[in-house]
Amino acid sequence: MLRFLLGRVVDGLVAIIGVVTIVFVVSRLLGDPTVLLLPVGATTEQMAELRAGLGLDRPIWEQYFSYLAGVARGDFGQSFQFMRPALTVVLERMPATMALAFSALGVGIVLGAIAGSLAALYRGTVVEGVVMVLALLGQATPVFWLGLLLIMLFAVELGLLPTGGYDGPASLILPALTLGTFTTASIARLLRSGMLDVLRDDHVRTARAKGLMPGTVFLWHVARNSLIPVVTMTGILAGELLGGSVVTETVFSWPGVGRLIVQAMEAKDFPVVQAGVMVIATTFVLINLLVDLLYGVLDPRIRRRG
Amino acid sequence: MSDFLRALTRGSGWLGLIGLLLIALLLLVAAFGPFFDLPDPTRTNLRARMVAPTLSWVGFGAHPLGTDQLGRDILSRIVAGSRVTLVVAGAAVVLGGIVGTLLGLIAGYFGGWLDRLLMRLADIQLAVPLMLLALMVIAALGPSLQNLVMVLALVSWVRYARIVRGQVLAVREREFVQSARAIGASSARIILRHILPNVLTPAIVVATLELARVIVLEAGLSFLGLGVQPPFASWGRMLAEGRTYIASAWWIITFPGIALMLTVLAVNLLGDWLRDYLDPRLQVR
Repeated sequence: MLRFLLGRVVDGLVAIIGVVTIVFVVSRLLGDPTVLLLPVGATTEQMAELRAGLGLDRPIWEQYFSYLAGVARGDFGQSFQFMRPALTVVLERMPATMALAFSALGVGIVLGAIAGSLAALYRGTVVEGVVMVLALLGQATPVFWLGLLLIMLFAVELGLLPTGGYDGPASLILPALTLGTFTTASIARLLRSGMLDVLRDDHVRTARAKGLMPGTVFLWHVARNSLIPVVTMTGILAGELLGGSVVTETVFSWPGVGRLIVQAMEAKDFPVVQAGVMVIATTFVLINLLVDLLYGVLDPRIRRRG
Repeated sequence: MSDFLRALTRGSGWLGLIGLLLIALLLLVAAFGPFFDLPDPTRTNLRARMVAPTLSWVGFGAHPLGTDQLGRDILSRIVAGSRVTLVVAGAAVVLGGIVGTLLGLIAGYFGGWLDRLLMRLADIQLAVPLMLLALMVIAALGPSLQNLVMVLALVSWVRYARIVRGQVLAVREREFVQSARAIGASSARIILRHILPNVLTPAIVVATLELARVIVLEAGLSFLGLGVQPPFASWGRMLAEGRTYIASAWWIITFPGIALMLTVLAVNLLGDWLRDYLDPRLQVR
């Protein structure tokens, strides 16, 4: 188990260093930010001076290594827009993104678990049909469109909830529902097919035959075993959630990292883009590490194999 | 072929059939769109701004789905958008599929450092959400149709490469490959003649599932203004433009969204069914 864990940690570190490199290369392709930073009519000397100040006049590989060394210390440089450390700017926005992503995941797990269990328990009835149609539609609806529809219905027409921004828990409801729909649909479908498999298993028949209460059988023998594929899926869904948060945050003017990155990209604010992508990628790697751990707890067979 | 058709009409095959029919409809609309005698999708008419949808289909200058903020006919723009979406997503899936399959074949067949390097690259790429990666690359290269196709292909090669590699590892040690090697066939010949046919099925399944993802990603990029650029009509861009007017003109964002949702639904239905039909053991998502 320990070796398995260490291996996964090393894999994660390599992936993060790779991401740092990709982000560095891409943002150097983005073009020269000095033109944007100086007022119109700045002299060539002023531009050269600023470029030297930002270290943009040095050879590219030198910039890369000093960049790597900086990243290792958590130093991504100053944000060109805010004139503050880029990592600080990003981390300030992190709670908003985490609140959104976790609410969406919560929505997805709770609604998805209920819908998926209902579909499996009421197999072959209208209930299953309705759940499956909704789930298929939920997986096919792009987040940004769903967000616009919800704003139109609940904020503009009914005036129940704010259209966007970030004040109070009420403003979290629509973004969380929007971002959580895909997760809900995926979990519902996965849990249903997992449960149908487990319900046919011998150990469930044995549990029923020895006279356990239906509720106990469901919780201890069916639900627990059908959770394994769902947990694996959560790692993949975390990626969808973090990626989807970029668009969702833009639709709802949510002050999170995703929207910050989009804005920083438009302003050619490299340090913030780099720090933002790094923070998101690291979060994603960490979540997948946790998923692997949880996997071992739920299914002891995997622990032994690892 | 008749097996295929029979499977489509049996059991849960009807879902796949619905997907197939919807895709056929979409292809017809995209292919014959210009012959429908619809208003020019790029023609603005400020006197007919934000005209509401009507049920009267007949009559000169009727707008069954209404007009947008510049007076352009929404139905025409949806039809024009379908062509752009299909061409961009189709090209990206084919390109990504070819590159990903080739790299998967190479990684699986030769193994060693090349395999480790490619799979490492795949891991790294999977650590960045697709949307962010696509956004960064488009921002660097500048938005254009070619760049869009390239970026979408770039973000999708990983899935093909992984599945194909796994498949190659299973096939590589089989007798027919061993005997081809024993009679002195070159590596290229073994890969193309003996291994490739055995990995095509999973690659096709991945391609179908990937198509839906690429369509949504393209719409998302266009929504953020980094995808399809004017004068081309794009569903994602129509949503972005109609966003400002949701309080007064619900139809501007509603219809392109429905088109997008139905397209993704159709591709998903077909993809799920194809996966179950061709290879139920395949762990593709």
